[in-house]
Amino acid sequence: MKDQQQSSVALPLPAGRAAHALGVWRNPGLWLVLAVVGLAGAYPIITNQAAIREAIFTILLSIALASSLNILLGYTGYVSFGHVVFFGLGGYLGMYLLSSGVSLPVAVLAGGMIAGLLAFLLGSAILRLRGAYFALATIGINEAMRTFISNFGPFGGPTGISLNFAVYKPYGGAAQALWLTYYSLLILTLVAIVLSFQIKHSKFGLGLRAIREDEDAAEVMGVVTPRAKTWAYVLSAIIPGMAGVLFFFKNGNIEPLDAFRLHFSIELLVMVMLGGQGTVLGPVLGAAGYQQLRGFLLTNPTFKDYQLVLAGALLLLIVLFIPAGAIGWLRSRFPRLRRVLP
Amino acid sequence: MNPGFLLAYLIDGLLIGFVYGIAAMGLTLIWGVMNVINLAHGPMIALGMFGVYLLYVNASINPYLALLIVGAIGLGGGFMIYWIAIHRVINAPHLSTLLATFAVNMIIVGLGTAIFSTSPYTMDFSLGSLRFGMVTIQGTRIVAALAAMLVTGGLYLFLYRTATGKYVRAVANNRAAAELMGIPSARILALSFGLGTLLAMVSGGLIATFFPFTILSGGTYELKSFVIGVLGGLGNPLGALAGGLILGLFEGIIPALVPNTWVPVFEFLLFVLILLVRPTGLFGAKR
Repeated sequence: MKDQQQSSVALPLPAGRAAHALGVWRNPGLWLVLAVVGLAGAYPIITNQAAIREAIFTILLSIALASSLNILLGYTGYVSFGHVVFFGLGGYLGMYLLSSGVSLPVAVLAGGMIAGLLAFLLGSAILRLRGAYFALATIGINEAMRTFISNFGPFGGPTGISLNFAVYKPYGGAAQALWLTYYSLLILTLVAIVLSFQIKHSKFGLGLRAIREDEDAAEVMGVVTPRAKTWAYVLSAIIPGMAGVLFFFKNGNIEPLDAFRLHFSIELLVMVMLGGQGTVLGPVLGAAGYQQLRGFLLTNPTFKDYQLVLAGALLLLIVLFIPAGAIGWLRSRFPRLRRVLP
Repeated sequence: MNPGFLLAYLIDGLLIGFVYGIAAMGLTLIWGVMNVINLAHGPMIALGMFGVYLLYVNASINPYLALLIVGAIGLGGGFMIYWIAIHRVINAPHLSTLLATFAVNMIIVGLGTAIFSTSPYTMDFSLGSLRFGMVTIQGTRIVAALAAMLVTGGLYLFLYRTATGKYVRAVANNRAAAELMGIPSARILALSFGLGTLLAMVSGGLIATFFPFTILSGGTYELKSFVIGVLGGLGNPLGALAGGLILGLFEGIIPALVPNTWVPVFEFLLFVLILLVRPTGLFGAKR
């Protein structure tokens, strides 16, 4: 992709790490994204409306997951089709711990850790595969995990784990617990965006993008590619693992088919593509846009039955005609916008 | 475990393996010739099921005759999908073709769900059964395996005994060089995609004669096709047939040892393992 190549060349190289870290926080683009997401996230809190909160919850979840996926997909150029495996596994471990009396923060951390650990173990093995072989392996891992958990007794087998109402008591009852999950997810989403931004504008991120453009050349130029790829994989797995715990805690139960839904994985890819892979703002915009569109199609009486058809047609048009996504297109069309659209 | 039962399981598995094999052959042909992982393979398998079902129920056409019609539709449909969805992105990174074919998948599944809903269909069709001592085999499965062998032979003859088949192999080998030799590569790619889709629809039609199905069943067989394709080496059609037989045997033996629900676990673990240890498959991949 030529425009992405140009943008990585135009990136100012930082002199030192500390000065660089400050420079990142001075970037107006980051504040723009954080302000928009923060305001949208604060809206249901201010107006105290549960219905809007549910809609925004779905969007925030998508933003957090799509931004994480983007670290691997957009920056490193590895197509993970089974990224939902981290969401599901994190969710499962979290639910297991919650149902045996562990508190929510600990469960969330454990969910993130197990996802990161799985990515670390898998990463050193499957990241050797390139292109479509890697994509196939991620599908295989997700399906293997799903079918294994369906047979795994401690996690409830095919029926999964349901939380007892007593679990919500320490958080002030179920209604209060829903708000608590919402706040936590909002914070997690903001962290995901900052992480995505920090990685993109770090030396590590530059190495990842070198791998994306030409892995062999990157290796020659001194990027330790196996290590860089594994860490990109781990970093893109932790937040989905934590978000999984929050999502299923709110849901109250978890089943193998919900936790490891391959379709959700592909929806995440669509979101990243829609907004623009390899950009910080892209996954945010793509996730919000996709969920809005999906909500509209699902509730509209004319389109209800054809929701999937229309979404498919839209995806096809984007892939064929705007492969860089909305933000990528804007960045290549109006180079001046690059400063404010990270 | 009764040895007669085990033998029956094994034979059943092998016979179904042939049918899985031609579904995977379609996938692996498309991969080998054009380097595209076709995520619309599953819905095409499902369309093959519904095609045979509709022709049998509404026009009372013999299912095996209906396969010819369904195959022709598959060839034409594959052509159309190639020109609409894939031609523009054939040289783009993998993500583009993956998502383009997935978009086709969504469109077909969406339309299919709107028309047929997701409830299961069963074809009321039987050819009786054969008995050998303690082993009973359904006639439909034997004919399906024979049909699959016939299709494989036909594909082999086409690829190795006709000029067009030679073009297909040339494009698979090196598209740029083939173009320099005056081979119309875009048309050959479209033909290959059509053939892959044809194989998917025919295998779906055969499966419909002995298993119940829904519009979503294609997904399961698509995943099986991935496993088989990787097992036999992506891009190697005969490897796909061998991979299909191995998977069929697997599905025959494992339920005799552990509960049935463990079968997919082993299948996908094997899949990941082969990708890791021997990504070219057991029988060697195209490249």
